[in-house]
Amino acid sequence: MSTSYVVRFVLIMTTLVAVLLTVLFLGLKDQSAVNEAIFNKRAILASVKDHLPEGMVHEDLTDDQVQEIFSSRVEQVALNMSGQSLESADIVASGYKGGKAENIDMAKEKKKEEAERILPLYVYNADGGKFYIMSVRGNGLWDEIWGNIALQDDLNTVAGAAFDHRGETPGLGAEIKDNPGFAAQFKGKKIYDAKGQFTSIDVVKGGADKGAIHAVDGISGATVTADGVDEMLRRGISYYEPYFNQIKSSNPGLSN
Amino acid sequence: MAENTVQDVQAKEPLFGKKERKLLTDPLDDNNPITVQVLGICSALAVTSLVLPSLVISIAVVFVCAFSSLITSLVRNAIPSQVRMIVQLVIIASLVTIVELTLKAFNYPVYKQLSVYIGLIITNCIVMGRLEAFAMANKPWRSFLDGVGNGLGYGAILLIVAVVREVFGKGSLFAGSPLEMKFIGATNEYMINTTTSDWFGWYSNNNLMVLPAAAMFVIGILIWIQRSRNPKLVDIS
Repeated sequence: MSTSYVVRFVLIMTTLVAVLLTVLFLGLKDQSAVNEAIFNKRAILASVKDHLPEGMVHEDLTDDQVQEIFSSRVEQVALNMSGQSLESADIVASGYKGGKAENIDMAKEKKKEEAERILPLYVYNADGGKFYIMSVRGNGLWDEIWGNIALQDDLNTVAGAAFDHRGETPGLGAEIKDNPGFAAQFKGKKIYDAKGQFTSIDVVKGGADKGAIHAVDGISGATVTADGVDEMLRRGISYYEPYFNQIKSSNPGLSN
Repeated sequence: MAENTVQDVQAKEPLFGKKERKLLTDPLDDNNPITVQVLGICSALAVTSLVLPSLVISIAVVFVCAFSSLITSLVRNAIPSQVRMIVQLVIIASLVTIVELTLKAFNYPVYKQLSVYIGLIITNCIVMGRLEAFAMANKPWRSFLDGVGNGLGYGAILLIVAVVREVFGKGSLFAGSPLEMKFIGATNEYMINTTTSDWFGWYSNNNLMVLPAAAMFVIGILIWIQRSRNPKLVDIS
């Protein structure tokens, strides 16, 4: 077959395929975006799954219920690294058209210089009080890991945590998500010691001491992932410290 | 005369005759892409630690294999032989992208779970192997059946391996789906200090089963069993 036939064939084929895939992509884009937003909101609510409105169970939440809880009970705050809360216009200026904290893409933020990052903070108003939900992101063994950690309104005690990952080994590193026992350990742990020093929560290889309030058990066979969670928490939570300090200084009762 | 010839041809090639049935059943046993041709091993090792992702991947491979065979066969006489591999690859990649976009729009949680592996279907040797070996030289309907058959042959092995690995490795079945089962007695030994876990019992999960190496053993045993009952497969050398 002649060269010109080959060139024509390839050109026509490529154009056809490109048009087909573009049409499909554009047609499904909105649906995918809605799915993604709900998926993320569900993950955020997983960190306060013990404090959901009466009669709701996290695993059984419908998409509408997730949206409903978010619009009626969650205040979204976006912060810069020095703890100032950002206006909607600032969020848009950082590249997120929606202009809300929920639009912030943690994966994109992780690639920025540390000082230029912006952070979402979700203040969840439960029947029993306020919860502050932080988003953190770090590296596991194979790929990124991330999570949401909820603090009680003393800004010290963890009310719950939920983790996810992109490519950790199922049964080993993936247990940070798959095993409800791992995230459940964080409940009741504290991120500040008695002197008010930030301690984070250590993920300890071989098991934390009984009764430790700043540590949880690691996962045997998944040391690198567990170390990743440890590092992610220490760094990720510390980003929120400036803002927490501001709240504390305006509410002297909170400082501990 | 001309009409007669057309009828003759149709009589010789029924829609679902013995030969067509063989195209579907052959890859399930005698010519299984994984256990006999030893193709597509990479994904068989990577995705089979849980049943649900294996099932979704199998369905996706059946779809991609069947329709890429169909499309390739339809245009086989127009494809310039110099660029045929690239053309096949474009067809496969487009279909995989369609699967990926559809999954993203209609079942986002499963898409999240599988995202990397869905893309890897493009490099699955079975798909391209069938295009090159069968679809390029056969009529559309038979190529389609051949694609379905090979997809099913691949999926069957994947599911067997996944069931073994999930049951012995994690003590569960269909984890992540509404059908999820957890076996009472399976121990979650690496979380032994977690008081919130109620999975303690007599059986200690086998962590080896969770690793890809276990899939190699399971596939090896499957090949052994298959060869011992099917003398056709034993090499005469």
